[in-house]
This record gives sequence, C-alpha cells and structure tokens, in this order.
Amino acid sequence: MNHLLARFDVRFSNFHLDIDMDVPMSGITAIFGPSGSGKTTLLRCLAGLEHAPNGFMQFGEEVWQDERLGRCLPLYARPIGYVFQEPRLFPHYDVRANLLYGYKRIPVAARRVAPEQVIEILGIGQLLDRRIHKLSGGEQQRVAIGRALLTSPKLLLLDEPLASLDLQRKQELLPFIRQLHEQLRIPVLYVSHGLTEILQLADRVILLKDGHVVGAGTLSEVFTALDFRGILGPHRIGAIMNARVTHHDPQYGLTQLDCMGQPLFVPLQPVAIGQPMRVHILSSDVTLVVGRIDSPTSVLNILEATIVEIREVNHTSVDVLLDIGAPLVASITKKSLVTLGLKHGQRIFTHIKAVALNEELIE
Amino acid sequence: MGTLTDLDLSALWVSVRLATVTVIVLLIVGTPLAWWLAHTRSRLRPIVEAAVALPIVLPPTVLGFYILITLGPYGPLGRLADLSLAFTFTGLVIASVFYSMPFVIQPLQGAFEAVGKAPLEAAWSLRASKLDAFLTVISPIALRGYVSAIVLGFAHTIGEFGVVLMVGGSIPGQTRVLSTTIFEHVETMEYGQAHAIAAVLLTFSFLVLLTVYVVNRRFPIHVS
Repeated sequence: MNHLLARFDVRFSNFHLDIDMDVPMSGITAIFGPSGSGKTTLLRCLAGLEHAPNGFMQFGEEVWQDERLGRCLPLYARPIGYVFQEPRLFPHYDVRANLLYGYKRIPVAARRVAPEQVIEILGIGQLLDRRIHKLSGGEQQRVAIGRALLTSPKLLLLDEPLASLDLQRKQELLPFIRQLHEQLRIPVLYVSHGLTEILQLADRVILLKDGHVVGAGTLSEVFTALDFRGILGPHRIGAIMNARVTHHDPQYGLTQLDCMGQPLFVPLQPVAIGQPMRVHILSSDVTLVVGRIDSPTSVLNILEATIVEIREVNHTSVDVLLDIGAPLVASITKKSLVTLGLKHGQRIFTHIKAVALNEELIE
Repeated sequence: MGTLTDLDLSALWVSVRLATVTVIVLLIVGTPLAWWLAHTRSRLRPIVEAAVALPIVLPPTVLGFYILITLGPYGPLGRLADLSLAFTFTGLVIASVFYSMPFVIQPLQGAFEAVGKAPLEAAWSLRASKLDAFLTVISPIALRGYVSAIVLGFAHTIGEFGVVLMVGGSIPGQTRVLSTTIFEHVETMEYGQAHAIAAVLLTFSFLVLLTVYVVNRRFPIHVS
C-alpha cells in the first residue's frame, strides 16, 4: 500500500499550516475539519499549487517535493488528478474537448483509464457535444471529475467537489464518486466539511483543526475515538458500522440488517437483500441496560456489548466506549454510571433507539 | 472634395505598415507585461502601471521630444550603436510602441485579471506546461481582450500625430503618415485632399470601435 508522507510548515498572514503526516493511501480518505481549518490549503500544498518553503512530500516511492534537494515538481509534472470546488471547465471547448484535454497530454503507454470507461461511469455520454455553459452544475462537476480521471492519475484530489451543488445534485453525484473509485482503484483524497458525504464515501479520515492534523484512522476508529468528541462536535460521535440487508418487513415498514452478527432494525430501506449499508449510531441514542430485561420493551434493537473505556465528558455526563464486534459509544449521565456500577470489561446490553441512515444523515 | 494622390496612398501604406508592426511588437512585449501586472503582488506594480499609462495624459510632443533625444545621433542609443534612428521608420516604430502601449496593455491586463488563475491551475492539473496552458487555455479565454488590444493599438497608432512629427518628420514613403499628410494639405490650402483623408480616417475609426463593441456583445465568454 502506498503511503503519503507530507511535512509542510507554512505561515500565511492569519493562518499557520503545520502538517506532519504519514497516512496509508488506499480507498477514499476524507480530510475533514471545520471551515478555516486548512483543508484546501493542505490539498493545494500536496498538489504544489501552494509552495511550502521547507516542505517535503512523498507518495509511495516518488518524492514530489524535497526542499533540501531544491526539488519541487510543478503540478503538471505530478501524476495528480485535481477536482476543484468549482468545475473550472474550459469555456471555449465543448465537453468532449474538455474531457480529452489532459488525456491527449499524457503518453499513450501511461493511459490506464479509457474515455469510454469514464463516460460510462459518469453517465455523460449524451453531453459530449454540448457547450459548457449549457450544462447544469452537477453535469459540469461530473465532466470535471472525468477530465481529471482521464489523466490516469496515481492520486485523485477532490476539493469539496459537491460544495457548489444543491442537496439533490449531491445525492446524484455521491454514488458516482464511490463507483469510480471501486472500478478504477485510484486512491482518493476527499476534502469536505460535510459529514454526510464523508459517512457515505470515506474509508479513512484525516481530522484537521487550525492547520494541524489532530487525528487519522479508519472511519470507525475516528468516529468512536473519545478524544475527538471536541473536534467532531457532541452530536456526531457514536459509531459508523458497515451492515448488510438481510430482510424486509413491509407490513411494519422495517428493514432488518446484519450488524456484526447481531440483528438491527431500521425503517424500510429501498436496498436489495444482501447489499451493504453504512449506518451511523449517535452516542446519545444508545442506552445501557445491565442484564437482559425480561419484561417487554418497545426498543427493537438490543445488542450485547462489552465496556472498553469510560471517560468523563463534563460534570454531568460520561462517554462509554463499547465493543459490539465494532466500537460503539454511548453517552450517559454520571449518575447512571454510578447507580448501575458500570466498569471496564463488564458485559451489558445496549438499547439503540434510532439508527441514522445514509439518506437521513443530512445536516 | 479631392481624391487620394499617389503621395497620399504611400502615406496610407506607411501608416498601415507602422500600425501593424507596432501592434505585433506590443503583443509580444505586452503579453508578459500585462500578465505580470494582472497577477503580481509586487510593490512595483503601481509604478509600472503609471509608467504604462503615461502616454494617455502626456502631451505627445513631450514623449516625442524625449524619444527624439534618445534616438538621435548624440543620444545614448545613437552613441552606442553609432547610428541615428531619428527620422527613420524604425525610429517611428519605437516611438509608436511607447505611445500606443497603454492601449494594448490595459485591455490585456483587464482580460487576464478577469480570467484569473483558476483556469490556469486547472490546465496544469491536466498536465499542460505553463506555455501550453497559456496558449491553449488563457489566451482563448482572454480572446476579447486581445481583440480590443489589437484594434485599439492599431487605431491609436494610425491616429498619432505629435509624436510622429517630432520623431519621424514627414519624409514621403518613409515617415510620412496619413495624419501628417492631412496637416500638410491644410498648410498648403489643399482642402479637398485633406477632406478625402480625413473622411477615410473618420470612417476607419468609427468602424474600428464598432467592431470592438460588436465583438464584445456577440462573443461573451462564459467563464464558469
């Protein structure tokens, strides 16, 4: 697996980017953080669009920047595909010429992505002869993604490519991004401050705050790490779990998922049986019960768990990190903690009141 | 009303040749300068901008006087090369380049500022080198700026008078241009001839400006 090594220390008039990172590059890695945390600047440094005076950057075996050797490749010499926040299509060319602009500029032997393939994945076959200003925002961004892919990049950088689109267009484009990654196997760095996009797309997350990398790991690691409560915000911590659809119950409007070998009920989903689904469980929606309750309960989802860690959040509440085959966080009051006598390693039951799903993960 | 004589036609030819050469020189020199002015953060920028704009406000005779001194046999350039460019076609080109510079630089600078760096970065990300990106992306998007620059630079050079008189004199076939020819016709009371040339220049200037405005209206560039 290729690693991305980067060290940048750049001071701007009101902002200091101080990065030292070594992250594996496979799948889709989201760079996540609040506005002004330096996400775009980091991406521009990685691309060589912003010059970090003492910077160092290596992708796999290739060193793209090493200021000690006076080496800093310009963007056009780096095998990077870059999709900007705005489509930045060339207005004097039609869609076809835009798509092929980069393709024509790489050696034939280096072409690993074929135009037909990209046109099919992005569904832009009927747009090829159109002028750019005749396209909708979503169509323009699809062409921009296709144009970048056709340079057969070794690394694809996406800078909030959905930021300028409305919700519906966003939902249209997300599956394309997922699909192109699955089909073309190009590692993707995806900048976003939208949780929805990240939960749907990302395999790994790099958390950025005030120009620093404050955490990195798989989606599940990052969203269950109690350390990141402050960065992610109180309503985001919980668990991200990969589940699989096992059963539909249209009579009650429910879909049953298999989540780490335990059943999980969610509102009826338009997803075929056997298909994977990603679910987000918020820590505030998890209740803890010591021992199985014999009397009936209205709660549908009861999962067995082991307590891994307990951490104080503030004077009233604590976070409890649980293991249900995957990490899960529950936020409870300190009073409950003491009353129930919870401690490390204890086997308990968790009641999950609600499961947020892809469609509902909208801010 | 008179008609154009052979002498008038030769002046027309000198004018057209002068304007063409001047515009070509200015496009070559002006493109990098206008690009620099559009994107630099240097503190020198306002100084250069003021210097470029100077011919708009400076009396042409003042500009002509300095250029004459510089190009003459005792000027720095004359001594260096041991030749005098004053009263030659080459001298006239040099003078015109300075005189028409703002009319080429300013539209280009405006166009480059409007285009911005975004399309350039996009072209780089698609493996286009700096020159490649400039030729295939920036200059086509800035096409309107180029049309304005060429048309205004050409027309302004055709219309110059004071500088030409100072630097070029009015040597038939070499440095006598349309505008100075009118002056001489009037001096010698040949009003018919003067009318003919004046009408040519008036029509020409109007058509030129019309072209600029029509082009600007009909080919708006959609920058996304």
